[in-house]
Amino acid sequence: MVGRFNWAGVIDFLPQLGTGLYYTLLISIVGLLIGFILGGIFGLGRVSKNKIVYGISSVYIEVIRGTPVLVQAIWIFFALPLITGYNMDSVTAGIVVIALNSGAYIAEIVRGSVQSIEKGQMEAGRSLGLNHGQTMRYIIWPQAFKRMIPPLGNQFIISIKDTSLLSVILVPELMFQGRLIASNHFNAVEIYTTVAVFYLAITLSLSFVLRIIERRLDIK
Amino acid sequence: MIKVNDLHKQFGDNEVLKGIDCHIQPTEVVCVIGPSGSGKSTFLRCLNMLESITSGEVVVDGKNLTDPKTNINSVRTEIGMVFQQFNLFPHKNVIENIMLAPQKVRKLTTEAARDRGMKLLEKVGLSEKAEQYPGQLSGGQQQRVAIARALAMEPKMMLFDEPTSALDPELVGEVLEVMKQLATEGMTMVVVTHEMGFAREVGDRVLFMDDGVIVEEGNPDQLFNNPQSERTKEFLNKIL
Repeated sequence: MVGRFNWAGVIDFLPQLGTGLYYTLLISIVGLLIGFILGGIFGLGRVSKNKIVYGISSVYIEVIRGTPVLVQAIWIFFALPLITGYNMDSVTAGIVVIALNSGAYIAEIVRGSVQSIEKGQMEAGRSLGLNHGQTMRYIIWPQAFKRMIPPLGNQFIISIKDTSLLSVILVPELMFQGRLIASNHFNAVEIYTTVAVFYLAITLSLSFVLRIIERRLDIK
Repeated sequence: MIKVNDLHKQFGDNEVLKGIDCHIQPTEVVCVIGPSGSGKSTFLRCLNMLESITSGEVVVDGKNLTDPKTNINSVRTEIGMVFQQFNLFPHKNVIENIMLAPQKVRKLTTEAARDRGMKLLEKVGLSEKAEQYPGQLSGGQQQRVAIARALAMEPKMMLFDEPTSALDPELVGEVLEVMKQLATEGMTMVVVTHEMGFAREVGDRVLFMDDGVIVEEGNPDQLFNNPQSERTKEFLNKIL
């Protein structure tokens, strides 16, 4: 059985898969960076006492969490231009999808972590005369951030894997390239296995880096 | 220094404070005792607005806390507070815990804040712990750091919310010792406590609270040896 497959032939397609890997990484990194900023903003919005801020944050989070990534991707790439009249290229659309999607989940991670900090910490800060913003910045946020790392890592890995769905909106990422090659050369087993290994390589390296960061931050 | 007039506090339908009147003079040490659930901690927390005030008036250092124009942050800089659970900042070491507020609020330079912090650590007997993290200290040491942290703002008065209740019995003494020293130096203090020995020895006045009101108050001798109210007698009988 194994003999039927031409594993050595995969080498010829590595440059093309490399292009795919480049776009996968580009979209993951830029998308997650923006997603992290969105998550920070809307996560703090979810712990805000301001009803409007809280409301906007909640709507964003519920809409994104309640719809599939695939639907979001197709909607943003095919439907949104019909409304706005502005055509996005597929890579930009891909980044927008990953940013918006991860942002909603990260917002919930931020909210959970901030709320997990004991009430006494805020009280201690306020009793010393620090205002709400200062207490958040110097006392709550640094502690919450440490607690965010494990769930954030989880979300990063999920979002990286979600980029494979972007092949349906023609983003030239790893999965897209794999499908292209496999349908032209009838080497589905070799190519899709290689693609899987590439994803695994990315996520495993990320896990490794996160574990180091976690250890570094775990001072006391 | 602290004037409380007809203070009421409600949590939902539950009225926790049912009209408190109390004047506290500069340098006075007032101990608040009473059964749990009597509202003593809530009363204390109303004095620096950690709890919102439902009705009534609290005037601290000439500033009316219920007046919306009062800047509560600046009032709080003059009121140090020590909590039952210490509430040190676990991500900062001891000296950073103490330096934070003087730097950010009083705008002290790093050197000035460190200087002040080290002097206070010496005062509470913990100079050698400056670079350690709260998690590495015993409860008694943590509470002494918390006292130093509050003092670093050079407050005009200090509030203590059951400062020794979370401590192992053998660690209570070292914290009370620091508080006693503060009292001798003339600090105005309001202390919610179960340490009757401390109240008797250090307190200028003792308030007995039950069910949201001050049932009886007086100097410690009078209140402990010759309580007038039945409820006070009953309470003292149970705990002494």
